Amino acid sequence: MSAGESASVTIPLVPPRTGDPEITSELVADHGLSDDEYERICRIMGRIPTFTELGVFSAMWSEHCGYKNSKRLLQLLPTEAPWVIQGPGENAGVIDIGDGYALAFKIESHNHPSAVEPYQGAATGVGGILRDVFTMGARPIAILDSLRFGDLDSARVRYLFGGVVSGVGDYGNCIGVPNIGGEVAFDRGYEGNPIVNAMCLGLMKKEDLITASASGVGNTLMAVGARTGRDGIHGATFASEELSEESEESSRPQVQVGDPFTEKLLLEASLELISSGSITGIQDMGAAGITSSAAEMAGRAGNGVEIDVARVPVREPDMTPYEILLSESQERMLVVATKGYEDEVHRILEKWELEAEEIGEVTADGRFRVLEDGAVVADMPALPLTDGCPTYEREGIEADEVRELREMDLAEHLIPEGDLTKAFLLLLASPNVASKRWIYHQYDTTVRTSTAVRPGGDSGVIRIRGTEKAIAATTDCNGRFVYLDPRQGAMIAVAEAARNLVCSGAIPAAITNNLNFGNPLKQHIYYQFREAVLGMADACKAFETPVTGGNVSFYNETDGLAIYPTPVIGMVGIIENISHISPQAFQSEGDDIVLLGENTAEIGGAEYLYVTAGLVAGFPPRVDLTRERQLQRAVLTMIQEKELRSAHDCSDGGLACALAECALGDGEAPFGVNVVLDDALPPVATLFAESQGRIVVSCAPNRTENVIRLAMDHGVPARKIGTVGGRGESFHVTAVSGQIETDLTSLHQAYFGALPAIMNTPVSSEE
Amino acid sequence: MRVGVVTFPGSNCDYDLYKAAQQIGAKVEFIWHRQKNLDAYDALMLPGGFSYGDYLRAGAIARISPVMEDIIGFAENGGPVLGICNGFQILCEAGLLPGALVRNASLRFESKDIHLRVEQTDTPFTSEYQKGQILRMPIAHGEGNYEADDQLLEALEAEGRVVFRYVSSDGELSDEANPNGSKNSIAGLTNKSGNVLGMMPHPERAMEEILGSIDGVGVFLSLATNLSTVVL
Repeated sequence: MSAGESASVTIPLVPPRTGDPEITSELVADHGLSDDEYERICRIMGRIPTFTELGVFSAMWSEHCGYKNSKRLLQLLPTEAPWVIQGPGENAGVIDIGDGYALAFKIESHNHPSAVEPYQGAATGVGGILRDVFTMGARPIAILDSLRFGDLDSARVRYLFGGVVSGVGDYGNCIGVPNIGGEVAFDRGYEGNPIVNAMCLGLMKKEDLITASASGVGNTLMAVGARTGRDGIHGATFASEELSEESEESSRPQVQVGDPFTEKLLLEASLELISSGSITGIQDMGAAGITSSAAEMAGRAGNGVEIDVARVPVREPDMTPYEILLSESQERMLVVATKGYEDEVHRILEKWELEAEEIGEVTADGRFRVLEDGAVVADMPALPLTDGCPTYEREGIEADEVRELREMDLAEHLIPEGDLTKAFLLLLASPNVASKRWIYHQYDTTVRTSTAVRPGGDSGVIRIRGTEKAIAATTDCNGRFVYLDPRQGAMIAVAEAARNLVCSGAIPAAITNNLNFGNPLKQHIYYQFREAVLGMADACKAFETPVTGGNVSFYNETDGLAIYPTPVIGMVGIIENISHISPQAFQSEGDDIVLLGENTAEIGGAEYLYVTAGLVAGFPPRVDLTRERQLQRAVLTMIQEKELRSAHDCSDGGLACALAECALGDGEAPFGVNVVLDDALPPVATLFAESQGRIVVSCAPNRTENVIRLAMDHGVPARKIGTVGGRGESFHVTAVSGQIETDLTSLHQAYFGALPAIMNTPVSSEE
Repeated sequence: MRVGVVTFPGSNCDYDLYKAAQQIGAKVEFIWHRQKNLDAYDALMLPGGFSYGDYLRAGAIARISPVMEDIIGFAENGGPVLGICNGFQILCEAGLLPGALVRNASLRFESKDIHLRVEQTDTPFTSEYQKGQILRMPIAHGEGNYEADDQLLEALEAEGRVVFRYVSSDGELSDEANPNGSKNSIAGLTNKSGNVLGMMPHPERAMEEILGSIDGVGVFLSLATNLSTVVL
C-alpha cells in the first residue's frame, strides 16, 4: 500500500452534488481511466469518488500530468551536475551560469491544440512556457520554437504552418521576448499531427529563485490574473488521446485562447510579487488548471490545501466546481501568500490592473479539499494525486516495416540521375534545407537589446548585460533518423545540439527535452520511446549535459498513424566571453575552408533521398560519442584561441548545403566557394550524405596550419578542402567524378526564394 | 539631460530605451502611465511594444491614458518628444503627429534589419547625422505602413518634415526596400515645429556593435547635444 492509501483512517463522506452526473463505468471510461485505475482511486478514497473528485483524478492521472507511461524510463536520464540548481519536477530547470546569475529554461509542447486551431494552439503554447519560466523568478530573455508539419504541397498544411508561425510570433512579439532560433521540418510523417514545441529561457539573480511549493500552513492561496472560464476543460486529458477526423470539430472548445497583453502584465506583476517577499510559492495554472497547480504545490510541500471554488473569479455564471477546477483558461496563476501579506499582493496586482482573490489556504492535514460556498464537494488525500499515479513499463517491439525500411539497399540512389548541380539546387530549395527567414522575419528577434546572434545560425545567442558572458541555445531533432533507429536518432539529436552550440562558441551545459511520440500503448511506439530515452541518456552522459526538465507528448496520432518519434532536444550553453561568439558564415575572401571530421557513404535518412526519391529509408548515420566530443572540444579550443573566422555544423542536406549556407550568410553579399573533395566515395555521398561529426570552418590562410594541428591534437581528422571566393564569383564544389557549379544568384534564389514562393500560394483549413 | 521613458501597460521596449538614453549619459526615469506632472524632464520618450495589447487599434487606447494630457502639454511647450514604433503609433493616435500607421502591406509582422536615409539634419534628433547618411537598424512591427492623403504628403515634403526614409543598402528608394508599404517610403517624421519625432525603426536596438549596428546612437546623441546647448 502506498502512503496515500493508508493515510485516512476516517473516510470523509461527501454527498453527491445536486446536478452532477452519477458515476458509471461509461463516465469513468470517458475520463480516460482504466478499470484498474478506477479501482485504485476507490481504494485510495475508501469510497466511490464524487463527480468532482473523479474529474480531479482523471486530470492528475492523465498522461499529460501523471507521466504514467514515461516516468519509469525517464528516471534513466542523467539530471545532476555541479552547475544544476534545479532539476526535473519544478516549473522549469535552473542552472548556475556564474557571476551571481542563474538561467531557468524549459520546453513544452502544444501539439494537439495546434492541430485543431493552429494560431491559438501555438500562441497559448508560448504563453504557457513563458509562465513556467517567470514563475521561477526569472525574467524571460529568449524563446525558441521547434516545429514539424506535413509536406507543404498540401493547402491545409500551409494553413497549419502559417497559423502556427503567426501564433508563435504574435504572442512573443506582444510580450516582448525575442525569438532566437529553433527549427522546422516538413515531412509526410507529420501530416495529421503537427509538432509545436516552444522553449523559453529566463535570467535571474540566484537569490531570486522561487519554487512552486505550498509551504507554510495557514498561508493564503490566491488566484491571480485572468478570470476562469469554460475554455480548455479537460485539455490535459485531451492531450492524452489520439486525434481522429472528428477531433477538429469536437475538440475546438478544449483549445484555449491566448491574451498576451494580460500575460505581459502578469509577468511584470509576478516578478514584482516575487521580489516583494510577500509570497512563498507561485505556479502557472496550466494543464488541468487549478487542480494541478494546487495539487502539485501541496505535494511538493507535503501539505494539504483547501479551496472554495465560489471565491474563484469566473468569467461566466453557473460554473460547477468540476468546471472551475479543470478549466484551462490562460494567463492565471496560483499564488501562496504569506499570511498577513495578502494586502501587499492585492496592491501589486492592482498596480498592474489585474485581479487577485483569496480562494483558500494551506492546511496541515494533507488533504485536497474543495468547497463550494462552504459545502465540501471534494475531499481527497493530496499526495496520491501527484505521487500515486500508476506508472507502467511496457513491452516494446520494433515494427517490421521500420526494420525493412532501414535495411533497404540504397546503392542505386548513390548514382545520381542526371546533373548533380540540378539535384543540389533542388535540395537547397527543399523547405527542410532552405532559409527559414519567412518564419523568423515574423518574430521579433531584437527586443530587449541583447540578441548577439539572431535566428538562422547554428544557435541563437543572448549576451548577459553587465557580464562578459553570453548564453547560446538551440533545439534539434531529426525525426527521420529517430524513426529509422530510435537509439541512434536520439543520440544524434543530442550530439547535433551540442555541435550547434559549440559552433557558436558555447560550452554545452544542460538540456530540456520534449518527447513527442505516438500512442505508448502500442508496442512499436513504446519501443521507439524506450530506445530513444536510452540513446538520449547515453549521449547526455557523454556530453555532460544533464536533463533538467521537459515534457512528454504521447498520442500524436491521427486515425492510427503516428508521427515520427521526435524527441526534441533543447540545449543551452555558456559562452565564457562574448569575444568567443562565432559566426557560421564565411567572413573574408581568400580564407581557407577546412573540414573537420570525415565524409562517409551514410546516405540513410538523408534529405537527398526524400527530395529525389521520396524515401525515408536506410541506416541513419552512426554517431561516435567519443569522437564527437573530441571534435567539439577541438572546435571550442580553436574558437577560444581565435584561430577561426567561422564554424558551421554539417547537417540537413550534407556538406554541399553546409558550404552553401556558409557562402550565403544573410544573403546580402554572398561569397564564392572553391572546394575540391578527394574522398573515394560516390559524389552523392560526399556531397549530400548527412554523416555525423563534421564541422566546416574557415580561417585566415596563415592560421590553417594551426587549425589542422589543433584538430590532430584532439584526434580529429582535418584537411583544407578549398578557399572562400570573392563576392559575385561562383559556387564550385568538385567531388571525385562529379561536381556542382552554379552562380551565386541561383544559389541565393534557391535558398532564400523557396519558402516565400511556397507560402505565396493559397491555404485552406479544409482537409 | 533628464529623460522620461513613458511605460504604458504592454510597453515592452521601455527598458531598451532606458538603456539607450543612459548610454549617452542621460539621467533616465520611467514614467508610469498614471503619473501626473512631467515638469522634471527635458525630453520624453514613448517606447515600442503593444500598449493595451494593441487591442482595438495600435495606440488607440494608450492615447486616452492619464499621462497623455501632460505629454501633449509638454510637446506643445516645445519639449522634445520621441516616439518609436508603438510610441510613433500613439503619437499619431494622439494627434501630435499627422497621418496613421496601418497594417503592413504584407499583412505580416515584419522583423528584420532595414536601411534608412537621413533626410533632415536640422532636427533635435538628427543633427549628429549627415544629410543622406544611410543607417542600418531593426524594424519589428505589424502596423507600420504610414498612410496619409496626398495633401498631407505634399505638405510633409514641402515643409521638410520627413526625417527618415526606407531605402536599399546603397541608398536608393524602391518598393523592395520599403518593408511595410509606407507612402513615400516614410519611416519617420516630425510635427510642424520639429520637436516631436515619430519613427517605426528602432534606433535603441542599434547602439552597440554586438547588436549588429551602432547607427542608432546618433538619435540619442543629437538630443543630448541639443539639450545641453539650450537653456530650458
